[in-house]
Amino acid sequence: MSELLDARGLSCPQPVLLTLEKLRSLSQGELVVLVDTDTSRENVIRAAASLGWQAKEVQAEGTDYRLTLKKA
Amino acid sequence: MSAIRDFFASRLGIISVGCFIGVFAALLQKWGNPGNMGICVACMERDIAGAIGLHRAVVVQYLRPEILGFVLGAMVSALAFREFRPRAGSAPIVRFVLGMLAMIGALVFLGCPWRALLRLAGGDGNAILGLAGLVGGIWLGTLFFKNGYNLGRNQHTYASVGWLLPLMMLGLLTLRLMFPPLPDKDLSGILFYSLKGPGSQYAPLAVSLGVGLAVGFLAQRTRFCTMGAIRDLILFRQLHLLSGVLALLAAAFITNVILNQFNPGFTGQPVAHTMWFWNFAGMVVAGLAFALAGGCPGRQLFMAGEGDGDAAVFVLGMIVGAAVSHNFGLASSPAGVGPYGIHAVIISLAVLLFIGFTMRQKIS
Repeated sequence: MSELLDARGLSCPQPVLLTLEKLRSLSQGELVVLVDTDTSRENVIRAAASLGWQAKEVQAEGTDYRLTLKKA
Repeated sequence: MSAIRDFFASRLGIISVGCFIGVFAALLQKWGNPGNMGICVACMERDIAGAIGLHRAVVVQYLRPEILGFVLGAMVSALAFREFRPRAGSAPIVRFVLGMLAMIGALVFLGCPWRALLRLAGGDGNAILGLAGLVGGIWLGTLFFKNGYNLGRNQHTYASVGWLLPLMMLGLLTLRLMFPPLPDKDLSGILFYSLKGPGSQYAPLAVSLGVGLAVGFLAQRTRFCTMGAIRDLILFRQLHLLSGVLALLAAAFITNVILNQFNPGFTGQPVAHTMWFWNFAGMVVAGLAFALAGGCPGRQLFMAGEGDGDAAVFVLGMIVGAAVSHNFGLASSPAGVGPYGIHAVIISLAVLLFIGFTMRQKIS
């Protein structure tokens, strides 16, 4: 069961700040992050990569994105 | 399309765009814009406020086409890459006030972060104090972020909400075409034009608009942001945006040297004063306001072009802030700070701290 973080509608740097906070508390596994802009999509994936998490899946859902981040 | 998208999201992409902005900002000065002011979002919005008569400071009135180009270029890019997302509703009144305060602070220093970089690239040592203030203000902003500061979520909304600021820019462009500058006239139709001072110095319309459109397009693609560059370094130790900003600085410096526009020193610099503490303090105010609003003044224009109605409100706040600055004697001049500039810095800082301390509800 993966954790879910809803960062839709939040201004910079909140989506990245919340994602990093969550990833640090998990240390490994799977996290699904919902974002609503391409900037947030890029920023969250870049920040996750800096902690060794990979974007396993990037799904467009209407005007939003569902990012599945994974670390083994 | 996806290869282009990936390039602009890469480190090389943002460095290339930083170089482009640096080179063309220095060239705009060669082509007619004021010294070390090839691009300055604060100064140019201030000049627009003057052109439409919101303030009557006769030396800073010109409808700068670069700003119109920034918004419209970003909009074209957002539409072409399917990133136009009409959104609004995240504390608009706060964003308006942040825009006003950012402008008030920037006009005490005499420049936005972009111009601070261009001033340094032109040899103006006073810019070091401005940049130090900018870093200080953003650092204060990161402390608020760590303590839960946020302005709440925005919402998807009608497409027309996203269209309004770009349409206003098209309207201003129409006015500029209908009422072009006339020789030795300070009024053309309903637009004011400076006959002396920085407002009287400008590159040809097509050049200013063309560079503005190109910068708007490229900056929207790369998410170029001078405030974000420093914020991400302090908050996340990330260098992505900073690499673009440093590229801008280096490219502008090299272009200035080639064009013989590099004049190192502290005194006699174009559209600048030497009151070091207030150069610093003005940019602390601006830096904190940009951080709390989530973007530098350029980035706010690009986000407004992407359909962000809250960024559009920030832009309008900046334009009104420019009018307030000049009408109430808050803005500096080459002689030093304005009669009420110091009061303005203190009050602005107090309001920013009030906003930062009181808007800290945890996001549910």
